[in-house]
Amino acid sequence: MWITRLRALVIKEFLALLKDKKSRLVIIVPPMVQLLVFGYAATFDLTHIPYALYNEDAGMPARDLAARFSGSPNFHEVTRITHEAEIRPLIDRKQVLVVIHASPTFSRDLRLKQSADLQVIVDGRESNTAMLALNYARTIVQEFNAQWAKAHGLAGAPARISVRSWFNPNLESRWFIVPGIVGLLTMVVTILVTALSVAREREQGTFDQLLVTPLRPVEILAGKAIPGFIIGALEATVIIFMARFWFQVPLIGDLPSLYAGLFLFLLSAIGVGLMISSLAITQQQGLLGAFLFLVPAIILSGFATPIANMPPLIQDITLLNPLRYFMVVLRGVFLEDLPFPLLLAQLWPMAIIGVCALGFAGWLFRHRMY
Amino acid sequence: MTIDPTELPATGSRRGGTVMRLRGLIRKEFLQIIRDPSSIAIAFLLPVVLLLLFGYGVSLDAEHVPIALVVENANADSSGLTGAFQQSRYFNPMKFSTMAAAEGALRSHQVDAIVWLRENFSTRFRQPGGAPIQVLVNGGDANNARMISGYIQETTAGWLEQWARTNGIDVADLVTVQPRVWFNAELRSRNFLVPGLIAVIMTLTGALLTALVMAREWERGTMEALMVTPVAVREILVGKLFPYFVLGTGGMALSVGMAVWVFDVPLRGSLWVLFTAGSLFLFAALGMGLLISIVAKNQFVAGQVAIIVTFLPAFILSGFLFDIGSMPEPIQVLTHLIAARYFVEILQSVFLAGDVWPLLIPNAVALILMAVVFLGLSRLKFQKRLE
Repeated sequence: MWITRLRALVIKEFLALLKDKKSRLVIIVPPMVQLLVFGYAATFDLTHIPYALYNEDAGMPARDLAARFSGSPNFHEVTRITHEAEIRPLIDRKQVLVVIHASPTFSRDLRLKQSADLQVIVDGRESNTAMLALNYARTIVQEFNAQWAKAHGLAGAPARISVRSWFNPNLESRWFIVPGIVGLLTMVVTILVTALSVAREREQGTFDQLLVTPLRPVEILAGKAIPGFIIGALEATVIIFMARFWFQVPLIGDLPSLYAGLFLFLLSAIGVGLMISSLAITQQQGLLGAFLFLVPAIILSGFATPIANMPPLIQDITLLNPLRYFMVVLRGVFLEDLPFPLLLAQLWPMAIIGVCALGFAGWLFRHRMY
Repeated sequence: MTIDPTELPATGSRRGGTVMRLRGLIRKEFLQIIRDPSSIAIAFLLPVVLLLLFGYGVSLDAEHVPIALVVENANADSSGLTGAFQQSRYFNPMKFSTMAAAEGALRSHQVDAIVWLRENFSTRFRQPGGAPIQVLVNGGDANNARMISGYIQETTAGWLEQWARTNGIDVADLVTVQPRVWFNAELRSRNFLVPGLIAVIMTLTGALLTALVMAREWERGTMEALMVTPVAVREILVGKLFPYFVLGTGGMALSVGMAVWVFDVPLRGSLWVLFTAGSLFLFAALGMGLLISIVAKNQFVAGQVAIIVTFLPAFILSGFLFDIGSMPEPIQVLTHLIAARYFVEILQSVFLAGDVWPLLIPNAVALILMAVVFLGLSRLKFQKRLE
């Protein structure tokens, strides 16, 4: 009996979501397009950093070093300048991000004192880019130094570092970002489907009608949640597929772990979406609620900036964020075959958030009348 | 049925009528705002909450990174290096006796990197070629991994220099990079993130404020009531735009105030430039919301479109976090469609560098263009007609 009731309700919800052509389009097309665009756009790997060369030194070493910069795929020489006064307008107008300056005594210092300074001026307005550009410049200079020391038979440093990186040997930030985008888009789709659904019925008055039918609140809750679940799971699958085969991100871990994470994440995201929706009386309030949840959830998920860098209080707040756990699952399964205890530590908080949020949403159905 | 008020016989009182009608519309809109305070919340609560969370939450500066130190044969040389790691504010080192234990910690995310001094570290330390220091980082987060290995290199280099000095050894340092970071000498990421965040937040506020207003009138049937009145299409549009422009400007002022007083971001340019640019941007953002509302004609779809086209594109494609110059060519072209992109450039310059006119003018022109396109399209798509 309850199955027929539930089925009818689920069909109604699907119709409400997909009957309107515009709404159908909005739920299906943008996530795919956004994955493609964002997958390419979101990267911390710098290429073609525009720089100007200000070389006051005619010696070989300075020219040699300059050639290393112009030959690097990370740097792109925009212009060569001859006066100090030219630096300011170039940087102010963002024509270059970096100015590399070798003083007139550069080669002489290097030959006689075995020590010379290379001035690197960076536009700090975009400090992340600035910091990365500086690191790239340092790497180039280190390579130059090593070569110079070898060619001139100098004693090297008494110790040297060799860095190896696990899970992502070439340090491609796309491998890290694309699985993150899978989480982002799954979240957006679920919120799209759920956050306005109850609010719309309340605003139009059809929710009261639903409440006087023989449907129990649990059944209404399930009827509202199931479409979000199906749509979310299908879209996530397509996006995961694209991440693996279009963006070529390795998928080292096993799919059951990934889907266990996806299942619980959908549960918690739908719970929060329905909770927002049943708190709202108008769709405008629902939309505000959706943003007040969605935006912090994405920013504080560790998607772009590590949670470890946040102050302790904010780190505690992120514990309430289901996306935070799903990010660890996604990246863990994609890149490193997440160990089981670590996987479990991500799964149970999502389950708790999901159950609490869904329970609260169901309670609100009957108790939030106005 | 079309009623074009311009076709009505022009009378002397029409001008005055416009003012009267507009005042009525604006009054109605303000009453609606006050009755469902979620608009006020969007304008003032949203910026405060988001700026506080982001201003404190988003940071690219790593500190106290947990790392594993594996020293297989402890002696004076190696303890100098471990001491350097312990004193550094970047690291939170933990000692492990075996490499296997450290690898386990790296795998279970207890540490982000391992510094490994092998047994032969001190024997090879004074020999040509030097002693190897093996570093393993968790490369999953490539950006973070690069930063951590940079910090490790810096710490080691500092220790080596000191070691050479105390032992009276002349170590050639060859070319050293002398960084000069303009506009943001300490490379505080908050200084450039907060201005960028203002642009992202204002995108949300602007679009959210107007995304539902037209659709709501259609859905509730009050649009028909509006249509039988003598108000003209542009009067309806101005009547919708003006109240939300006032709210949006208030939100903007609040955000700028927080940036300066709460987050200590220097404001080197002039305030009027900031607010002129802010108004231009608001027109573009509100115009986008209005257009969504007019095209969707139903709050549900308008709300969904607003969620999709505002936040993530402004977050990822505006250049506030990810460098636009490093994106592939077609994506770079696409970023020109994002109004926030221009506003981010203006904000970062006005806050950190000053009024750089050669940079401000093209961006301002782009914002004007976007506002004109959005508002013009809204005017075109909005017909005083029943279907």
